[in-house]
Amino acid sequence: MIEVNNLHKSFGEAHILKGITTSFEKGKTNLIIGQSGSGKTVFLKCLLGLFEYEEGSIAYDGKIFNEFSPDEKRDLRADIGMVFQGSALFDSMTIAENVMFPLRMFTKQSKSEMEDRVNFVLKRVNLDGAHKKMPSEASGGMQKRVAIARAIVNNPKYLFCDEPNSGLDPKTAIVIDNLIQEITDEYQMTTVINSHDMNSVMEIGEKIVFLKDGYKEWEGSKDTIFKTENEAVTNFVYSSELFKKVRKMYLEENQ
Amino acid sequence: MFRKPTKWSVMKTLILKDIDDLIIGSLGIVAFISFFVGGVVAIQTSLNISNPLIPKYLVGFATRQSIILEFAPTFISIIMAGKVGSFITSSIGTMRVTEQIDALEVMGINAINYLVFPKFIALTLYPFVISISMSLGILGGLAACVYGGYGTFEDYIEGVQNDFIPFHMAYAFIKTMVFAFILATIPSFYGYFMKGGALEVGKASTTSFVWTSVVVILVNYLITSLLLG
Ligand SMILES: Nc1ncnc2c1ncn2[C@@H]1O[C@H](COP(=O)(O)OP(=O)(O)OP(=O)(O)O)[C@@H](O)[C@H]1O
Ligand SMILES: [Mg+2]
Repeated sequence: MIEVNNLHKSFGEAHILKGITTSFEKGKTNLIIGQSGSGKTVFLKCLLGLFEYEEGSIAYDGKIFNEFSPDEKRDLRADIGMVFQGSALFDSMTIAENVMFPLRMFTKQSKSEMEDRVNFVLKRVNLDGAHKKMPSEASGGMQKRVAIARAIVNNPKYLFCDEPNSGLDPKTAIVIDNLIQEITDEYQMTTVINSHDMNSVMEIGEKIVFLKDGYKEWEGSKDTIFKTENEAVTNFVYSSELFKKVRKMYLEENQ
Repeated sequence: MFRKPTKWSVMKTLILKDIDDLIIGSLGIVAFISFFVGGVVAIQTSLNISNPLIPKYLVGFATRQSIILEFAPTFISIIMAGKVGSFITSSIGTMRVTEQIDALEVMGINAINYLVFPKFIALTLYPFVISISMSLGILGGLAACVYGGYGTFEDYIEGVQNDFIPFHMAYAFIKTMVFAFILATIPSFYGYFMKGGALEVGKASTTSFVWTSVVVILVNYLITSLLLG
């Protein structure tokens, strides 16, 4: 469980996050949606501790991050997995070495223990047999799956994904979304996903936070997002004709 | 859970990789350039000596002096600023723009330490590269001299041994160590602090090469006027 209270973040004069309060539950896929430039990545990087913020607090399972001791911070980092927007695989390492990296940094497992774990997670993301490939030899969808494997290899409690399916075809995107949701449920992780993909919103949005110009404009779930009257949300979510039709049908059916 | 991360095993791999990329990977080009430039220096020197009163061994002497004092430490460093320097800038810069550095920091890894420290360690072997350049440069001079008919083997060797001042070696290797430090820091700086995308990585490599060369040349002037002036 992650609780965010009144988070403010600026870069110099530019006030990016303007007092965000929300919470993300364990075992659920939490989505942050919003237009490009609305502050999603900045928000996620604050959650990760990559950015400092001027005001507000972030608590991990009831403990406030800024009050952590250095040792506690390091332990928290071992419990965090992150899937970056562009995968961010280490390009000088093979796929297996990439996935093994967090184990080498955070654990004292033997080589064979680590190899077993790597085999297990690579199988989990359906990448059996790609161990020896370099990231540059893998397709975009494969790279995303490697990034997910690397993020979950050390059994994290918290999983963060920045637009995990941008740049993928719709079918692969759904595979990735479902994979993240399954893993979240299976390992009872607290998962936070940045997205502007409406398929994801409808498929896996167990909790949805809508950001607009650095404010939390709306929050709800994939079920309530159909019914909301909030104009900013409907303008954003139903900007395509297809989704407008889907919403109309849904509302007619549920009258 | 509360154990320290096993960092040394990771660091060792990084150092070995950087030795391979930065040092071993440069030996070929350094050897090639040194051998032929040594040859050219010898030929030019002998062509400029038309006065019969000037002793024949001067060709070997002049070649040795120019190779050891300037060519090997300074000009090879300029070439390395292009080869090693832009490699460092573009590899660190690519890691920056593709969020690999963020990925390290999320794992609590000090990215500067992770990326720059192994390069420092690898470049402590830089004097080894420069020694090879010195030897091959002098050898190249000998080959050009003897096979091109510009002088005899004995004259050249006499010149190389003539009036040898050990402090010149110290001067050359002090310069070499300072240049190694410059080659590790400036390119890393330009890579680490870059912003933007693939295009900017290219630009950063060029800027890094220009500034590394400028600093090498200026520092060379400073060290020379301090130690020899
Ligand atoms: N390191 C930074 N320094 C200064 N300004 C920044 C920095 N990072 C982001 N910003 C600014 O913060 C704002 C929000 O950016 P952010 O990357 O969070 O948007 P986003 O919602 O993730 O958009 P996208 O969907 O395009 O990824 C933008 O105006 C951006 O210019
Ligand atoms: Mg973003």
